[in-house]
Amino acid sequence: MPYGPHAAGDRERMLEALGIPDVEALFDDIPEALRASRLDLPEPQPELELAARLQALAARNRTDLASFLGAGVYRHWTPPAVDQLLLRGEWYTAYTPYQPEISQGTLQSIYEYESLIGELMDLDVVSASHYDGAAATAEAALMTCRATRRERVLVSRAVHPHYRQTVAAYFGGGLEVEEIPLVAEGESAGTTDLAALELLLADSDRPVAGVLAGQPNFFGLLEPMAEIGRLAHAVGALFVAVVEPVSLAVLAPPGSYGADIAAGEGQPLGIAPQYGGPYLGLLASTDALVRQIPGRLVGMTTDVDGRRAFVMTLRAREQDIRRDKAASNICTNQALLALAASIYIATLGPHGLRDVAALGAVRAAELEHALAAVGAPRLHPGPYLNEFAVRVPGAREVHRRLLDRGVLAGLALADIEPDDETLADALLVCATEITTSDEIARFAAALDDILAGRPPVGVEAGAGAERPTAGAVSSR
Amino acid sequence: MSVVGERLQPTLFERSRPGRGGDKIPHPPKDALDRLPAAARRQTAPALPEINEPEVVRHYVNLSQLNYAIDTGFYPLGSCTMKFNPKLNEWAARLPGFASLHPLAPDEVAQGTLQLLWELEGILAEISGMKAVTLQPAAGAQGELCGILMIRAYHRSRGDTERDEVLVPDSSHGTNPATATMAGFRTITIPSAADGGVDVDAFRAALGPRTAAVMITNPSTLGLFERRIGELLDAVHEAGALAYMDGANLNAILGRFKPGEAGFDVMHFNVHKTFSTPHGGGGPGAGPVGVGDKLLPFLPSPRVLKAADGSFRLERPHERPSSIGRLRSFVGNTGVLVRAYAYLRAHGGSGLRQVSDDAVLAANYLKHRVGAAYEIPYDRPCKHEFVASAAAIKRKTGVRTLDIAKRLIDHGFHPPTIYFPLIVEEGMLIEPTETESVETLDAFADALIAIAAEAETDPETIRSAPHTSPVRRLDEALAARHPNLRWRGMVGAESPCPD
Amino acid sequence: MVPTDLRYTKDHEWIRVDGDEATVGITEYAASQLGDIVFVELPDAGRKLGQHATFGVVESVKAVSDLFAPVSGEVLATNDALTGAPELVNGEPYGGGWMIRIRLENPGETDDLLDAAAYDALIAEG
Repeated sequence: MPYGPHAAGDRERMLEALGIPDVEALFDDIPEALRASRLDLPEPQPELELAARLQALAARNRTDLASFLGAGVYRHWTPPAVDQLLLRGEWYTAYTPYQPEISQGTLQSIYEYESLIGELMDLDVVSASHYDGAAATAEAALMTCRATRRERVLVSRAVHPHYRQTVAAYFGGGLEVEEIPLVAEGESAGTTDLAALELLLADSDRPVAGVLAGQPNFFGLLEPMAEIGRLAHAVGALFVAVVEPVSLAVLAPPGSYGADIAAGEGQPLGIAPQYGGPYLGLLASTDALVRQIPGRLVGMTTDVDGRRAFVMTLRAREQDIRRDKAASNICTNQALLALAASIYIATLGPHGLRDVAALGAVRAAELEHALAAVGAPRLHPGPYLNEFAVRVPGAREVHRRLLDRGVLAGLALADIEPDDETLADALLVCATEITTSDEIARFAAALDDILAGRPPVGVEAGAGAERPTAGAVSSR
Repeated sequence: MSVVGERLQPTLFERSRPGRGGDKIPHPPKDALDRLPAAARRQTAPALPEINEPEVVRHYVNLSQLNYAIDTGFYPLGSCTMKFNPKLNEWAARLPGFASLHPLAPDEVAQGTLQLLWELEGILAEISGMKAVTLQPAAGAQGELCGILMIRAYHRSRGDTERDEVLVPDSSHGTNPATATMAGFRTITIPSAADGGVDVDAFRAALGPRTAAVMITNPSTLGLFERRIGELLDAVHEAGALAYMDGANLNAILGRFKPGEAGFDVMHFNVHKTFSTPHGGGGPGAGPVGVGDKLLPFLPSPRVLKAADGSFRLERPHERPSSIGRLRSFVGNTGVLVRAYAYLRAHGGSGLRQVSDDAVLAANYLKHRVGAAYEIPYDRPCKHEFVASAAAIKRKTGVRTLDIAKRLIDHGFHPPTIYFPLIVEEGMLIEPTETESVETLDAFADALIAIAAEAETDPETIRSAPHTSPVRRLDEALAARHPNLRWRGMVGAESPCPD
Repeated sequence: MVPTDLRYTKDHEWIRVDGDEATVGITEYAASQLGDIVFVELPDAGRKLGQHATFGVVESVKAVSDLFAPVSGEVLATNDALTGAPELVNGEPYGGGWMIRIRLENPGETDDLLDAAAYDALIAEG
């Protein structure tokens, strides 16, 4: 056993103290008929071999692509200080700080995290973390129902599809969630349709608890958040903003445009993509909703000697005390990732964070122009920060061919929204501060070749369709 | 506010001075954001701290040293399974091939991760005796929600719409009833039997046409194997309900009991307990869920599939039309799952069985030693954890379990779980795990015994413990009555962001 | 010995009747079982309560308890002082820590309640 502690004779010593010959007596109470069949698993591997196996698996993933893929997860430069600090055993092998006297490290870092995110969001109360942006958004939607005692929630169709699907899964016990359509054409195409929203809010027989919209939205577009919030408040509904944290260094924060609750994905704050997680569910609210917010909260207090100290507080809301009356069942959260985000923000500072957002915007503008120049113009005309959709005929096939040429050309929107015909010929692309001009040029050149029917270098002209790639394109 | 004690640290905000730090990112041109409408832009820079890297590092190194952790000492927290977190797993999860992979990357560029996830599903299915496993839930509680939502979908698919109750024993973890509520069910709590196990007759009486499910932890939260589980499962199925197993205590029964084989319809794993992934100060974890035949159609989407040509891919939504959908973005807490996979491959079947053997032996040995000074309410072999009670000590000396826990800190130990499960008076739930040496177990038992003796001669020192930690007992009432949940007002002037 | 001019429920609420109105709170025993009270959630004025219905929640650091109406009636007022000073429930459970004032719908319901002696006996067993 790889980490077993027992020297020769240790087990025997314990067995002797118990007066039994072996451990079998300790498992006697499992009824014979229910005893397990043999565990049919591969034999254990010593570390050297296991390490080789893990390396071989990791090597089967491709890491050499010029990537323009965002859609909710963004690559940024994470200063190495973040991970080196995170690797301290006192951080990552510590438990939930239920014994505050010996957990002041974790507790203070969570308080600081709450303060940093609160400042970015311009909101009063920040939960110590939720699972990811999608679950945080679903919990935010549930909060609006509890706080208003209403049962209907409206979600903009331009909120990330995974988040909308998660809200739908969390609802369904009698609560209603409806989509707000998007403007189809014109200057505001691709953003939330305010006229349609107003109509949906006007049904007084089915009052709305909350309205959810994203900033930027899933297509990278900027939404009229203040107007959406006004419409929601006018009928007594709460307003939830689904936001991206790095953008908050340069975009108006939720608190400034009347959001009651903000949810979002904290992965861009120094957390690696890792194929899906662990990420960081951001959830914040105004003071008025502090008792509705799920998850842990850390506050400041003093100890018996007058020292400043930090402690988990407002605990009676949580599942271990409230049980079936708890607002949420959440127990384990994403504390270590909240720490990573805090270290990232502390290391970059406000100017650094601003530069990350602004540089991404610069690269994205460069990308926009380069792609338009080769025949892939933007799908929507409105302003964006660092992500946007471009029109490309046969987008899925083009995406596959670009992959063959070493370019991960964002997301073919048809893969994530297969039933939306308006998105059939579109790619969602982004740029960040680590996107280089070379990569942009490579993307544009490859796209140009593909659209013009030119084969990649090394393949004869007229050789026919490029070889089909292994593995089908998948839906997400 | 008040004194910053020695070893304690100022907050990031108190360390901040305008102009400190920076130089990580090149400066963009001044007009970088001109194309954005003014109304959408931030009017004032966020008042985030400005600190140079050396001081950031000192801040977080010094703060870390205020923490107790598995890497510093013994953590006998019942129900948490605080075993060693292998360092190989941290290395593996950080391999660039795993770490830099975007979750929406096409299947063909993600073959390594997809293979790992597919293999992991199979390993967990074998351990649990279940037909299939989803790796999507981000934590045990989310696994519970996944399971209960699938059960709801199952009953609805059969037109069985009257089932609105979930039964749980009174010893259950708080997440169980909270989960039932989130899924729209009413919780009926069934008192446990005198021997600490579920009261099968009481369950039978409560089971009926309104029961959707029962949620059982086995071994129970008292660390006792449910001897009558077979009877209970039969009764549940006879009533047309389904049986959910909370897998928090799996560390006791690896290779000894497979819930799926025994008749459970669904269960969740806590990989951050049984399979060593680090707790990180509260998370992350992952809560994979295993199901039998009845719930297969309802699994969340996407699953990880192996194609005929041996390649791996994500399932497409239309391939599982009855799926409950998704409970989170993307495929799961993959980084955590890589760690669990490494742990499971390092142990193999024989190693996992040894884990349970050693965990159970350690707990029984510790119970035997601790029993010299504390009441052991259930006089039978325990599994991987046991409950001790200080009720007699409290009656005699006024010293409570809370005080004993705080005094353990002065002995260099993290306290065990206290006052859970609620059904034991002045209870301590102690779980040593299999990675602790006999010397550590003896030292912990000695400390508990010493405190019991000290309670007779000097109760005040115990009741005012801890004395040696960086901070002493905290005013939790103040924290709750007048919550201060974020720092306001930074030291030093704000520096507006020049654009 | 608890105040003799009050009546009690077995869930540890007290009620002081005066005419067709009454004041309701929780007993010292309940407050001490809960520990330091940190928050009290009370209904809005105008709310109608049935006997034994939940009218609010009292929260301490480590516990939470529902509050049950001893009798049916309409809520006339709630004790605003508890917002800033929930500790009044610990310090003055029968005075400054009062919770709601109601107009009785059915004065006969008070006969179902425990008198001081019966309540003392109840908590002596517990």
